[in-house]
Amino acid sequence: MEPKEIAERIKESFPAEVREVTDFAGQTSVIVGKDSIKAILRFLHDTPELYFDYLADLCGVDYLGKKEPRFEVVYNLYSIRHRHFIRIRAKVPADDCGIESAVDIWAGANWHERECFDLFGITFKGHPDMRRILMPEDWEGHPLRKDYPLKSDLGLMEWRGYTDLLKTVEKNSQYEVR
Amino acid sequence: MATAQKQLKKELTINLGPQHPSTHGVLRLVLDLDGETVVKCTPHIGYLHRGTEKLGENMTYLSAMPLMDRLDYVSSMTNDIAYCLAVERLFGITAPERAQYIRTMVGEMTRISSHILWLGTHALDIGAMTVFLYAFREREWILDLFEMLCGARLTVSYPRIGGVRNDVSQEFIDSLYKFTDEFPSRILEYETLIDQNRIWLQRTKGIGVISAEEAINWGLSGPTLRGSGVTYDVRKHFPYDAYDKVDFDVPVGQHGDVYDRYRCRMEEMRQSTRIIRQCLEKLPRGPIMAPDAPKLTLPPKEKVLADMESMIHHFVLITKGPMTGQSGEVYSAIEAPKGELGIYFVSDGTGRPYRMRLRAPSFVHVSALPRLSEGALVADVIANIGSVDVVLGECDR
Repeated sequence: MEPKEIAERIKESFPAEVREVTDFAGQTSVIVGKDSIKAILRFLHDTPELYFDYLADLCGVDYLGKKEPRFEVVYNLYSIRHRHFIRIRAKVPADDCGIESAVDIWAGANWHERECFDLFGITFKGHPDMRRILMPEDWEGHPLRKDYPLKSDLGLMEWRGYTDLLKTVEKNSQYEVR
Repeated sequence: MATAQKQLKKELTINLGPQHPSTHGVLRLVLDLDGETVVKCTPHIGYLHRGTEKLGENMTYLSAMPLMDRLDYVSSMTNDIAYCLAVERLFGITAPERAQYIRTMVGEMTRISSHILWLGTHALDIGAMTVFLYAFREREWILDLFEMLCGARLTVSYPRIGGVRNDVSQEFIDSLYKFTDEFPSRILEYETLIDQNRIWLQRTKGIGVISAEEAINWGLSGPTLRGSGVTYDVRKHFPYDAYDKVDFDVPVGQHGDVYDRYRCRMEEMRQSTRIIRQCLEKLPRGPIMAPDAPKLTLPPKEKVLADMESMIHHFVLITKGPMTGQSGEVYSAIEAPKGELGIYFVSDGTGRPYRMRLRAPSFVHVSALPRLSEGALVADVIANIGSVDVVLGECDR
């Protein structure tokens, strides 16, 4: 099935949820609200003509200061049987930073959602094991958010090994060839 | 008597890794055991997390390439190809035909070298030491060929957005011919070592079984998925580079156990040799960089030194990055040796990606380890880790 037709099918079944359908570089995205995301994903997975059995990817995007609502959860779906592809983008606002989990539809969503929580702070309701995955358990903040600094600015709170290294670099800088 | 029985039933928790040699890097598994049976398996990852996605979002499209080499560090060439294809798709350009054939060729060389490394270490884990020595002999050969091609053995950074860095030499083509002549007999050598070996069969047959539906549901890809009998291969479903112009088969297994995944990879090496052979025979003449996109791809060096306009393009590309001016998002996947390596870009029109997401096959495969290992024996956990073929550099990113 063509991606346009799939988008039409979603529109027919969930007229109140679909915000926009975009097309870029030959790929179609359906932008939806987050409220009935699970019903939409369930519909895509269970309808025999669509049958999106393979969750290719799930990730978060932070549009701080660019778009409102701030976050987006992106589902790249593929049907191995029918060989068609669609992208669902669910809008998630910053003040209610949570969305329903898709683990009961695709088991593979488990770790993708944990990563999304770890790096963006988006919680997934109904997820069996909502813990950090890449960062240490006691880490503060969510690194892939756009307001999270690339370089540390902790000053005196900084890890000793790093400040020692900086001092050595400063000491050695006098030997640099100018 | 009662207390003795109570003690026998006590569960034991052991920590496998992160420094255990069979965990292929820094994977840590916490195993709850009942006797020798695994009741619960909890993977802990992130020991090698370097924030590649965050770094990539703060670099231009051109300068983020070396980060890709360090994801799956045993198959850096395919990571680079995945990255270049994703950027090319975002920019709407295609590499010239010769570059496509070269990329296909080196991509398949990487697949062979990755599978050989996998075979050697997997066999070593299960107790067959000799295979490792033979496997590394051929891996060395491929790495030497890479050195001849681009000067680097592991972190190659050879493909470029819109083509490849330099053309292949006649010497390289001749050596690769020789390799494709010899290599099938080497695969036979490995197979005589283990294919009928009773220990090997007992350690792999019927171990870590996963059905086709379940494997798809878990999001497995690559040989790990095809071992369960699913014919999903990105090279066939979404042909990129020259894969639609060469002839090859996609080997699949039947039972979805460790042995079938092993057979799939062995057959894949044969198919890769076939693909390389065809690429060498069909290799067309022509340019190796897309000529029609001066604002997106680097101009040739000799032109930069002689021509004012090329120098300006070069300067702007290096300092500000290639700018498309249009915002959009693209998901592009390739068949890396481990499985489907997907890259999702969100562009806001500037020279840096607004969001760079890496969908690493190893990450998904590690997440399925508890499913494969729970209810099995401790020794089978080792076989399972080997059979899903994980590299933690790509899992933790």
